[in-house]
Amino acid sequence: MATTVSTKSVDLSTIFPDAVIADERKGYTGWLVEKDNLIEIATYVREELDYDLLSSVTGVDYLPEEKMEVVYQVYKTTGGPGLFFKVQIPREDPMEIPSVINIWPGADLQEREIWDLYGIKFPGHPDLRRILTWEGFEGHPMRKDWQEPFYEEETKPFKSRWPKGEHIHAEEINPYHDNLKFPPKFNPENWTPTDPEEALYTSLKKFTTKNEDGLEAEQIIVNMGPQHPSTHGVFRAVVVLDGEKVVSLKPVMGYLHRNHEKIGERNTYLHNMPYTDRLDYFNSMANNWAYALAVEKLMGIEVTERSEYIRVIMSELTRIQNHLVWVGIFLNDLGAVVTPLLYAFEERELILDIFEEVSGARMMCNYYRFGGVVRDMPVRAFEKLKQLVYDRLPGKIEEFERLLSENEILLSRVKGIGYLSAKDAIATSMTGPMLRASGVPYDIRRAEPYGIYDRFDFDVVTRPECDLYARYHVRIEEMHQSLRILEQAVSTIPEGPILPKKPVYQVRVPAGEAYGRIESPKGELGFYVISNGKPNPWRYHVRAPSFINITALEKMCVGEKIADFVAILGAIDIVLGELDR
Amino acid sequence: MYGKGILKSLSVTWKRFWMTYIEDLSWFFRRMAGGVNRYYTDEGIARRSSADTRGIFTIQYPEEKLPVHEESRYLPFLVYDETEDGEKDVRCTSCGICAKVCPPQCIWIVGKNDPDSGKSIPQIAEFYIDADICMNCGFCSEYCPFDAIKMDHEYELAAYKRNIYNMDMLLKPAEYYASIRPENAAREDEARRVKEEAKAAKKANAA
Repeated sequence: MATTVSTKSVDLSTIFPDAVIADERKGYTGWLVEKDNLIEIATYVREELDYDLLSSVTGVDYLPEEKMEVVYQVYKTTGGPGLFFKVQIPREDPMEIPSVINIWPGADLQEREIWDLYGIKFPGHPDLRRILTWEGFEGHPMRKDWQEPFYEEETKPFKSRWPKGEHIHAEEINPYHDNLKFPPKFNPENWTPTDPEEALYTSLKKFTTKNEDGLEAEQIIVNMGPQHPSTHGVFRAVVVLDGEKVVSLKPVMGYLHRNHEKIGERNTYLHNMPYTDRLDYFNSMANNWAYALAVEKLMGIEVTERSEYIRVIMSELTRIQNHLVWVGIFLNDLGAVVTPLLYAFEERELILDIFEEVSGARMMCNYYRFGGVVRDMPVRAFEKLKQLVYDRLPGKIEEFERLLSENEILLSRVKGIGYLSAKDAIATSMTGPMLRASGVPYDIRRAEPYGIYDRFDFDVVTRPECDLYARYHVRIEEMHQSLRILEQAVSTIPEGPILPKKPVYQVRVPAGEAYGRIESPKGELGFYVISNGKPNPWRYHVRAPSFINITALEKMCVGEKIADFVAILGAIDIVLGELDR
Repeated sequence: MYGKGILKSLSVTWKRFWMTYIEDLSWFFRRMAGGVNRYYTDEGIARRSSADTRGIFTIQYPEEKLPVHEESRYLPFLVYDETEDGEKDVRCTSCGICAKVCPPQCIWIVGKNDPDSGKSIPQIAEFYIDADICMNCGFCSEYCPFDAIKMDHEYELAAYKRNIYNMDMLLKPAEYYASIRPENAAREDEARRVKEEAKAAKKANAA
């Protein structure tokens, strides 16, 4: 168990006196690193200081200071607080920062995202293409001077709404009456498109295989998705096949991209709460918590005692229903169509009934507020919760195990498939059940406890097999552990106030940065929020587990059969609302 | 033994299969003895959505509908009190908090001006909600200081056209609000009464 929590902070500026200075802006922590020394320092942090898990890399646009910043957040898989270091560069093209992909391969997709959204290039990255928008997209949308087609004002609340609010449709704002905007001097009539997929296909490894007879086998490219039932939405994977075997694979995403982070920066702090529901729409209770945690850190407020318990209860309930649905859908992917899925949905519906009773909605809960939750749990919901936790769910999860755990058809599909060693899993920044199924006992509830998780008794579930079977078992066992936490929380929940003070719609958030991260059912969910003291966040970044867990997809799939790709992707447990953001 | 796991799995589906008949039969005998049907009755729906449900779980929408909880929220509506002479006394004072706190900014408010002086008065001239944009988050009702905007329980909202609700469509009487959210309405009415009494007492003291 990862219980050794080291609180010793590292002083990078004494180790590298010429290249590192402490970040002394008000409310900020971490270190400012010279661009030229980044690789040297990152290697030192990784190799000597053992910060092996790159949690998040993200860009920040400091338009008034004419600076761009890239923030690296690294943690140890043995637990403890993280280390933040940042690279600042002048805000003029071309902006370049060396890639850390050789030190932490988990930076792969995240650096592509920064290139896409901020236009910062990472020399050394082998495949730096756009990721969320398409090749040929004009501009880099997260830059502060970029405006979307239906642009109205820099920040909400918009002035046109009150007190002279004549309704207009959003499309009337745009001269094209559509969600579209042409770059200046662009003439759509004379435009001949270049193949946007060319860069993608050339990035796939190409080699031919010869068998003993000297026959050359041709490899074929298969597009799995975006409209493919196994991809859980509009995810697309381009697969190079040698016969039935996967030789190379590239994930393609962004079909559901809505620039959640840009919307988040236009919003006020409170506005963002219901938007977080729409990220991973299975776990809105968990998403709310991560965001509330980040803003509460910035505001420096305490959460009331009863609310802490309610938060734990809701978060663990959402973990159970997420894993239940995962088991059902995973079996669906494997071909056991609908029966296990509907068994899972039955229990999920009962849990969602509780969510509806406390929050008003089954999926888009919007239940957490800064400092607590919206309202107390009604007595009826609490009674039902007790019945579920003590009487119903333990038996039902055991029923699932009876149904599946020894089933030979399932075992032959999952044992030994999708191998991902612990070393690779850490290197590619896998988190959550995926990492624990590779034998790494890393759970944020233990590694860096948030809320009141340090009061509860539970085990961090790991399995040594590193394959699909392990991922299945970890999730089943985690449901039992969640029930354990729930039993303790339900029996010890105190009475008391829900919110520390009267709720206000315009919260005051002091300037600074905060990174709130929780163990969401899918992995580490983090919100990186920067405030400049104004009513709207200056930077609002989501470290989405679905997105980063895709990094290792190719590693797991190469050498496996194409049919197993479906299972391997299913086992990652992606949700496209979160993956594409 | 190879195949034991499959048999074990099948025992689960087998049990589930028979459970539907056992459950239906038990309700059948209960009905013979004067009870109600398992389907299309409130008791049956309550049973199927309770924590000890077994057998068939499905609710046959639209013939059957799950009860809507007190806190359930769909679209907002405006509350008015009926005065003694039958006039609509709209609670909204056009303070604009709901329009400011609305995350997708789907509320448009037109304030009213006094016809004589031209100064703004605490009433609304028009109130629009773009229901296509509304994300049903409930912030408007949560932060309204006058209990003037509340979340409705009407969820069958499919339409052929864009839904821009104006004041005529949004206004609903306070009795309707009390009928869909009795606990909340009672609590708020009580709080308002206490506040008004305190105000009256203060006035009496001052006089």
